[in-house]
Amino acid sequence: MASASTSKYNSHSLENESIKRTSRDGVNRDLSEAVPRLPGETRITDKEVIYICPFNGPIKGRVYITNYRLYLRSLETDSALLDVPLGVISRIEKMGGATSRGENSYGLDITCKDMRNLRFALKQEGHSRRDMFEILTRYAFPLAHSLPIFAFLNEEKFNVDGWMVYNPVEEYRRQGLPNHHWRITFINKCYELCDTYPPLLVVPFRATDEDLKRVATFRSRNRIPVLSWIHPENKTVIVRCSQPLVGMSGKRNKDDEKYLDVIRETNRQISKLTIYDARPSVNAVANKATGGGYESDDAYHNTELFFLDIHNIHVMRESLKKVKDIVYPNVEESHWLSSLESTHWLEHIKLILTGAIQVADKVSSGRSSVLVHCSDGWDRTAQLTSLAMLMLDSFYRSIEGFEILVQKEWISFGHKFASRIGHGDKNHADADRSPIFLQFIDCVWQMSKQFPTAFEFNERFLMTILDHLYSCRFGTFLYNCESARERQKVTERTASLWSLINSNKDTFKNPFYTKEINRVLYPVASMRHLELWVNYYIRWNPRIKQQQPNPVEQRYMELLALRDEYIKRLEELQLANSAKLSDPSTSPSSPSQMLPHVQTHF
Amino acid sequence: MLGKGVGGGGGGSRAPKPSFVSYVRPEEIHTNEKEAAEKEVTLHLLPGEQLLCEASTVLKCVQEDSCQRGVCGKLVCTDFKIAFLGDEPALEGDETQFKNKIVGANDITLHCVDQIYGVFDEKKKTLFGQLKRYPEKLIIHCKDLRVFHFCLRYTKEEEVKRIVSGIIHHTQSPKRLKRLFLFSYAAAAHSSTPASPQKHTVMFDTLEDWRGELERTRGNMKYKAVSVNEGYRVCERLPAYFAVPAPLPEDSVSRFQGHGVPIWCWSYHNGCALLKMSALPKEQDEAVLQTHRSFLDGVYRVIHRPPYEMVRTEDLSSNFLSLPDIQTAYSKFKQLFLIDNSAEFWDTDIKWFSLLESSSWLDIIRRCLKKAIEVAECLDAQSTNVLLVEENASDLCCLVSSLVQVMMDPHCRTRAGFQSLVQKEWVAGGHCFLDRCNHLRQSDKEEVPVFLLFLDCVWQLVRQHPPAFEFTETYLTVLSDSLYIPIFSTFFFNSPHQKETSTGGEGLDVPSAPLHLLTVWDWSVQFEPEAQTLLQNPLYVEKPKLDKSQRKGTHLKHQRQLSLPLTQSKSSPKRGFFREETDHLIKNLLGKRISKLINYSDELQDNFREFYDSWHSRAPDYHGLLLPHVEGPEVRVWAQRYLRWIPEAQIPGGGAGALASSLLGVMEEVRRLQERVGERPQPGAGAGAGAGTPGLPRSARLSSLFPFALLQRPSAKPLLPTSGWKALGGEDDLATREDEFVDLGEV
Repeated sequence: MASASTSKYNSHSLENESIKRTSRDGVNRDLSEAVPRLPGETRITDKEVIYICPFNGPIKGRVYITNYRLYLRSLETDSALLDVPLGVISRIEKMGGATSRGENSYGLDITCKDMRNLRFALKQEGHSRRDMFEILTRYAFPLAHSLPIFAFLNEEKFNVDGWMVYNPVEEYRRQGLPNHHWRITFINKCYELCDTYPPLLVVPFRATDEDLKRVATFRSRNRIPVLSWIHPENKTVIVRCSQPLVGMSGKRNKDDEKYLDVIRETNRQISKLTIYDARPSVNAVANKATGGGYESDDAYHNTELFFLDIHNIHVMRESLKKVKDIVYPNVEESHWLSSLESTHWLEHIKLILTGAIQVADKVSSGRSSVLVHCSDGWDRTAQLTSLAMLMLDSFYRSIEGFEILVQKEWISFGHKFASRIGHGDKNHADADRSPIFLQFIDCVWQMSKQFPTAFEFNERFLMTILDHLYSCRFGTFLYNCESARERQKVTERTASLWSLINSNKDTFKNPFYTKEINRVLYPVASMRHLELWVNYYIRWNPRIKQQQPNPVEQRYMELLALRDEYIKRLEELQLANSAKLSDPSTSPSSPSQMLPHVQTHF
Repeated sequence: MLGKGVGGGGGGSRAPKPSFVSYVRPEEIHTNEKEAAEKEVTLHLLPGEQLLCEASTVLKCVQEDSCQRGVCGKLVCTDFKIAFLGDEPALEGDETQFKNKIVGANDITLHCVDQIYGVFDEKKKTLFGQLKRYPEKLIIHCKDLRVFHFCLRYTKEEEVKRIVSGIIHHTQSPKRLKRLFLFSYAAAAHSSTPASPQKHTVMFDTLEDWRGELERTRGNMKYKAVSVNEGYRVCERLPAYFAVPAPLPEDSVSRFQGHGVPIWCWSYHNGCALLKMSALPKEQDEAVLQTHRSFLDGVYRVIHRPPYEMVRTEDLSSNFLSLPDIQTAYSKFKQLFLIDNSAEFWDTDIKWFSLLESSSWLDIIRRCLKKAIEVAECLDAQSTNVLLVEENASDLCCLVSSLVQVMMDPHCRTRAGFQSLVQKEWVAGGHCFLDRCNHLRQSDKEEVPVFLLFLDCVWQLVRQHPPAFEFTETYLTVLSDSLYIPIFSTFFFNSPHQKETSTGGEGLDVPSAPLHLLTVWDWSVQFEPEAQTLLQNPLYVEKPKLDKSQRKGTHLKHQRQLSLPLTQSKSSPKRGFFREETDHLIKNLLGKRISKLINYSDELQDNFREFYDSWHSRAPDYHGLLLPHVEGPEVRVWAQRYLRWIPEAQIPGGGAGALASSLLGVMEEVRRLQERVGERPQPGAGAGAGAGTPGLPRSARLSSLFPFALLQRPSAKPLLPTSGWKALGGEDDLATREDEFVDLGEV
């Protein structure tokens, strides 16, 4: 992506990046095939096809399918047109039948998870479509064919181990935990308390393991309130959990009530514990019918409950579908704004950010501890806690800090990546799928737009995370929870995405980053400032392509290089000077001679 | 505010709309009054400026963290401005460095006033003419989109009457040209500030200026500068000097008072020119029409001589925007930013995109950009001259022609070049600034923000291609503000003729010595040198200068490249060779010859797409042809100009301000290091010490609307939307569904 490609088709960031990267990694590149291959990647087949590019019309090419990717070379220009990890494929459909007459009407239509469709026209004779369909189905949806996901076959080696990035004990120690009020418990060491929580939890010092077990019976899927983050100064905390099992009859649980009170008492500055229920209140009420609910005033005395009106996974999924409708393949022009509004996507982003701002503000200036939950505490809850932590704690705005944040709040606390993304699963219409994590990354991007100097990472970092959310090249986002990952020995058998990123950190750095410790960031959650992430959602459209690299960024980097150059010169001059003082016989060259012509424009 | 809108009700519930009553407690007024007495703010008058009326104990309402507070002070009205003199808490030193020397933060020039409202018993009414009752509160909406609230409840009745009627009279009643403050200022400031023409900016008021421009663009082979209108003998709408096609007989200029004459705007480096023409007056009489036709035919034969010279006519009065379109769109659009209070901001937030769209302002910008691209395509890819035609050739002609030049001529993207362009196309081109800005309040119907539309179009280009411009968006913003400052002559006349006759000494009530009027291009009148650095784009890289012999070579080479058919630069393996070749053939051999006869809208569409796509598929050359993106997501709101006064829209420590301060900081650092390396370093001086603090405040204290940070939010408290969730239409079944289909009752 960084290299200016001459071919107009090569606008696809992931593709180019992986092409570039594989050569950099010293990956085998079979010249006769001209397909980049990762270690462990094997070629399955190739077919002559016509790629029906929505922007440039039909292009003759040869498609190569490996157990990891679909790769297309143009027959005319011999350039790479597509390089798509099979993991992004959501659905493969046959188009046209034996009687189809129209030109290029017989072939395959592939729906991808990353906002695009790929269409190939094939010859009707010789079963080439059937072959391609079967092979693609097999390798894009390995779960249905008892095949391993590619991450388990990938033999890439990196010089840093991304699995070492997150160590819960270290992260809690960084936060100053354990302390007088909070302790680390190993009660969930073998996932016996809650199978979707990590083994290590931070709970109030005064709550015993027996208490925790009793609280677990009253919380949906045993996801009890545990600490996510503690304010370094005022010691208020963000606690996450799932909904209480109140039900229609309005059940109460003394242990749960007492437990929340214990949490409240860890912070003596205010008399109430603030509960943010991420759902709209109607949904929270409706949840009572299925045994769930929310903390009522009469049962939980010293609490204050707010609903944050964030909608459920189904609404979000439909909203993203509508976004795709207006940007792919053609971008709405004159009715762009009303079309964008009708997707509600940015409205959802606004509500999530607004919720996170409230959580962060309560903890930071409201001086009240906060408990966040939705229904199960793994979708909206993860969005809110991680965004609030990003606003409050500048550590998470560094590259490694962000990796830890994702690893902690999302991966270890059981955001159901496997269900939400559907890795290797052919059931494209599964109601469990939803772009919750994408929405979180979008919120982070909105924040980085509003605070261009506050984040160590750049846009490419976020896009790379999203690309590998689907690619199945790394084990990072596989499975729904830690217990499943442990069973599958993911950390032993796969590589971590953070290995790739951390071994190429410079590519992902934001040059404008200025570290500011203890600065709380409050984005403005107004539609006036929220914008559609064009570089991500519309990146396949060559007409909307943004200049890469960003000219402002480039100019700034030039200036930084120039500054470093001058600093070096200055040091050399001083060195030469002091050498001259000590040894008068050697005369230093004049500064003008030493300085190469460095062009500056002011 | 926290949780008010979102708590409990699950949406629906709204924070109560703050009424227009000021929320100042009496004791607060007392303390304020006392302070006001202690540090009386003095009124600064410009030379020639006169105080007309004043009122004391006026409260200026300040919005802060969504609640209103009042600052006590004096409201005055002079023949130049309305000013509030109060003891507002001083802004932190650094932030005030971008101060306008002429118009202060609490000053509103009379020409900047857009609408005045009065609040009577909590109801807001437009104020005009003679008032029977006087309001308890005055709300002033400004043309630069500031909104001022002045509470008059504690002011003496006499003073209220005087100030309100004074303000209404001086801002809203029609004025005579000679009564503009411009003249009294010029007369009074005559001795103190000698008029110094801004260096490098070409004013286009001499024959030499036009000759120079012809030479610069190498248009002097085919076009000539003429002085046929010297002393405005022929026409008062045309400038004294201008350029026309060389073979055009000079007497045809005078034939219809300058109408129907192709006037040269600019020449492209391939020799093609952009021309403009004001249409001949509409006639019913068949005989007159016949003479018109034969005259135009003759003119047309001069400029359309295939195969050497081809011309395409672009009639801007029939196939393009109309002035009422622009007027309606802008008046809807500006209303979105003239926000009275926080509740209004959040109420409109959910519907923001559709409100924007319904104003059509962005769509109008898109249409202007597209029209300019079409013209550029014609000049560049078709090598055809373009003749813009409009009734008076002084509105949309100015807009399209100057936009085309900004896109095609890198010189117009420098500051001096841009200023010269405005002089050439708008000032000399006779754009009726006086009428279009309604400076004299003579006809609201004539008020159309054509020039502002042009600036907004340029802003789109600046945003999309920041390294291509020597000036910043801040430059464009302060230029748009300068439209309403009546000490500069630039935007206060309808034509060069009007300017000359009003200042030249022919009039009876004007002193015999010609007045020296200031030009807006002398930025030192408004800004100190440090503030002026913010007008200069640090990303801009000047084109490397070539010596003359080299330049000739590259120029020839460039022309040769241009003569290649466009299809060569475009890789299009999608099409069969045959089809492509026939296309090409038709275009080159038949197309141009028949294009005059056929309706070429389809071909035009194709050409446009091809030209546009092919340009955007290449890396941009910042010193060459520059095209904007026109897709939906790429045409944006000029946030700096439109949102800068709205406290809710500010991102403390974020936005462009943060980037600008990083960039300027490093530049300053590099400059210092350069100095230190250049001079003999002192032994023992640490190298790291070179990283001195730049002249700008820490980014954390800058707002996204930097450098316009007048309404600051002193506290770090976040602003939260107060209006709740809007019902999702048609998705209710989804919205009420469970995340997971598991019955928790059994758990």
